[in-house]
Amino acid sequence: MVGHNWPVDEATVDPRKAVALARQWLGRGVRAALLAPLVAVLSLGVNLPLFILSVVSLALMPVLGIGFALFPVVTALVRPAVGVQRRLARTFGVDIPRPYRPVPAVPYGTWARFRHTVTDPATWLDFAWLLPGAITGFVLGLVGFVVTAYGLEGVLHVPLLLYGIVDWYGYGVFWPMDNAFEAWLALPQGALLLVIGLTAAPWLLWVHYSFARFFLSPTRSAELRRRVQRLTETRADAVDTQAAELRRIERDLHDGAQARLVSLSMNIGLAEELMKRDPDAAVRLLAEARESSGAALADLRSLVRGIHPPVLAERGLDGAVHAIALAVPADVDLDIDVPGDLPTPVESAAYFAVAEALANIAKHSGARTATVHMRHTGEALWISVTDDGAGGADPAAGTGLRGIERRLAAFDGTMVVVSPPGGPTVVTMELPCALSSPKTSPSSGTG
Amino acid sequence: MRVVIAEDLALLRDGLTRLLQAFDFEVVGSVDNGPSLLPALMNHRPDVAVVDVRLPPTFTDEGLQAAVAARTELPGLPILVLSQHVEQLYARELLTDGAGGVGYLLKDRVSNVGQFIDAVRRVAAGGTVMDPEVVAQLLARRRRDDPLADLTPREREVLASMAEGRSNAAIATKLFVTEKAISKHINNIFSKLGLPPSDDDNRRVLAVLAYLNS
Repeated sequence: MVGHNWPVDEATVDPRKAVALARQWLGRGVRAALLAPLVAVLSLGVNLPLFILSVVSLALMPVLGIGFALFPVVTALVRPAVGVQRRLARTFGVDIPRPYRPVPAVPYGTWARFRHTVTDPATWLDFAWLLPGAITGFVLGLVGFVVTAYGLEGVLHVPLLLYGIVDWYGYGVFWPMDNAFEAWLALPQGALLLVIGLTAAPWLLWVHYSFARFFLSPTRSAELRRRVQRLTETRADAVDTQAAELRRIERDLHDGAQARLVSLSMNIGLAEELMKRDPDAAVRLLAEARESSGAALADLRSLVRGIHPPVLAERGLDGAVHAIALAVPADVDLDIDVPGDLPTPVESAAYFAVAEALANIAKHSGARTATVHMRHTGEALWISVTDDGAGGADPAAGTGLRGIERRLAAFDGTMVVVSPPGGPTVVTMELPCALSSPKTSPSSGTG
Repeated sequence: MRVVIAEDLALLRDGLTRLLQAFDFEVVGSVDNGPSLLPALMNHRPDVAVVDVRLPPTFTDEGLQAAVAARTELPGLPILVLSQHVEQLYARELLTDGAGGVGYLLKDRVSNVGQFIDAVRRVAAGGTVMDPEVVAQLLARRRRDDPLADLTPREREVLASMAEGRSNAAIATKLFVTEKAISKHINNIFSKLGLPPSDDDNRRVLAVLAYLNS
């Protein structure tokens, strides 16, 4: 759960920082004051009707089973409405993840649909929140808005008076207002209230949504269930990928090196036979055999490179990425700082990810320069590959980037591609992993 | 000619020994791990060393590290490095001292015995021999504003052979032309790449490789 960012960080003496903080305060205040009436209206105008609908549909449960069909429909209305509140919550620094279980693809009115609805604890938590949420949202939203608006009115009191937009009735502590001096005093009072309103509005809404989070965020078990689901998916993906890889290796060996070795041994056997009778033919066959052995070795070499690149085994990730960079038709800047040993599978996934990202530069982007950054943040390996090429890369379109995504997903890793047409392309990858011992680089070992 | 061999697989070590002995090399030492390579080289001071990149105990690039270290101790010590795969990264590291007497070949090349023995001799004589695959990788790495784009296909062929460490005569034989034609091509290549002309075969190779590696 993301922590809130209130109250505002303490001011420091640095004037630029103070200005920045003031702007931040003003921005938050104004946004909250403007959204506060919306929150108030939504809470009252949406939560209340939904609460009443829910109660009615529950009450109708015993009557001819109407509630049985109606309740899932009401729930389907509640969820998007609560979704809007979740989105609003994020603007006020409260992160409320969606807690719902995946909805089965069955129509309303069926038993399965009903069962799903009533067994999902999130349904009841949403329901439980509707009424208290309506109250907190309405009260806190209204207070935030009214205080700010009243402050604003005070600041503008004199001009409003002069233009006859408001009457000579009173403001703040002066009620009714007796003279022009008291009218002018509306200005400092208004200013004070405005400051209070702008400061309080975001905080009030934060309180409202923190209260909402209590109901609307996933329960511990729902969170675990989602995690299990995600792990199941990525594990299945990883197993599939693994099986497909093994299948490819088997086929490559069968059609490549194995076939060549068979022809090689045939040629040698034949040459053996011919040695006495036709030495010239035997020599020709042996030359052919040698060629065939060279081709078999080349096959094996490229296969090995695809399984676990030798340079990765010999030099680690750092050296292997250097080696890739040398083969790319662009100037590649490397900025690698990983002060320890990565787990071998992570290292391998990271290597292939960088290789693919750089290969795309050669294939598609036509970039002149590229940069690879690599850091370990203590919890994750963080890689970014940036190039100044044509852009427009879409992971959904190609198999390469999709492949990386799947490979990384097996480690709970993620990839983000930002590639507007015209470039630049930035591929960012994050791989959660721990570093083992401090680095003992294989390349610095004694000979 | 005295040779030291470093190779951990007994099968290949014996094969190399037999091969070299058949061509009148004297194998004065053979080691099967990284740490004992440097002392062996310092002890025997061979005319040439044939070293596998990957050696025990770490099975990483101990052979290469030992080769580089040995050449710091004994500058110009001729070393031919063998590997199951070639990397530009390693080629670059071997070439950095610019002293010549360096070879870097795929193990496959041993099967062409004549060429392999020739490569060992050239390295021993202070020449530079790069595997055709290294050269091919270097040439394939097309960059923008690439001066290599100005070369004719023939000149590219000559450049590739040159980077593999062949002499003018050898290139001429390979391409079925006269030596004079080759030296004309080479002059063209050098002027197109903006490299200072040189008659010394090895200097020439190093210049080309340094250029390609830049």
